[in-house]
Amino acid sequence: MAKAAVKTKAAASPSVERRPALAGRVTSAPGVKVEILPPAERISLRAPEASLAALSKALGVTLPTKPKTSAAKSGRTALWLGPDEWLIVDEAGNDPLADCAKAPALHSAVGISHRNVAISVAGPAAAVTVNSGCPQDLSLEAFPVGAASRTILGKSEIVLLRTAADAFRVECWRSFSDYVFTLLSEAASDAAN
Amino acid sequence: MLLIRCPYCEEERPELEFRNAGEAHVVRSTNIAGESDDDFEKFFFIRSNPKGVIYERWRHIHGCARFFNAVRDTVTDKFVMTYKAGEPKPAKLPGASK
Repeated sequence: MAKAAVKTKAAASPSVERRPALAGRVTSAPGVKVEILPPAERISLRAPEASLAALSKALGVTLPTKPKTSAAKSGRTALWLGPDEWLIVDEAGNDPLADCAKAPALHSAVGISHRNVAISVAGPAAAVTVNSGCPQDLSLEAFPVGAASRTILGKSEIVLLRTAADAFRVECWRSFSDYVFTLLSEAASDAAN
Repeated sequence: MLLIRCPYCEEERPELEFRNAGEAHVVRSTNIAGESDDDFEKFFFIRSNPKGVIYERWRHIHGCARFFNAVRDTVTDKFVMTYKAGEPKPAKLPGASK
């Protein structure tokens, strides 16, 4: 018994340091700051309409049903991606996958925490910076605070969330993160001019 | 840049988010194994390719990822209307007075 306990402890402490992609990279330009956000828990959730009430209860956040919207509660954000598809991002360190498993309703939840890298674009020139590669209308009337959408940035697909009037969260796939970060950095210095 | 109305996102979005997916309303036979070669060729390869109004499938691939149908004019490249996948061909097009 004691032996087993020791073994578990050894397995729990990783032998290699975990280094998230691009961790710590920051670009500051006059008017906008682009930086890599800390790792978060994420799931890709697909569910029919009949399951929404049970899943919302299990997750503790009401899944939005209106296009281009999101809902947030205590560090957990649910982003509408499609009529039956949501991206759940948990920045509080809780596991949304485990919460979904508690819901008895039909659904498909896939853990994608390590697939995505989040980049924060903040400052008065944030919309101009994102717009350099993203063709969507990012005015506050068309894309208000809390609006979320899967879209495109240059050659890469991103999920865009407006966290404040002058701040965006850009979620991209890990292998695209260098491209996306570099593009946003270049755009940030251009936006200042 | 063209703006295309996605019937699922319920708004106009830039064309870069979309992908064309061929002609719409091409019905697959319920007895595909019993099809004659000629009929299968028609179903599989032959497309109308009109000069003017065409009914197409489009996919909002960098958005909600849904397929939908669009009516487009191949001469002007103008989108006449869009509607959800599975809905019947519209009987009357908006703006068609004739």
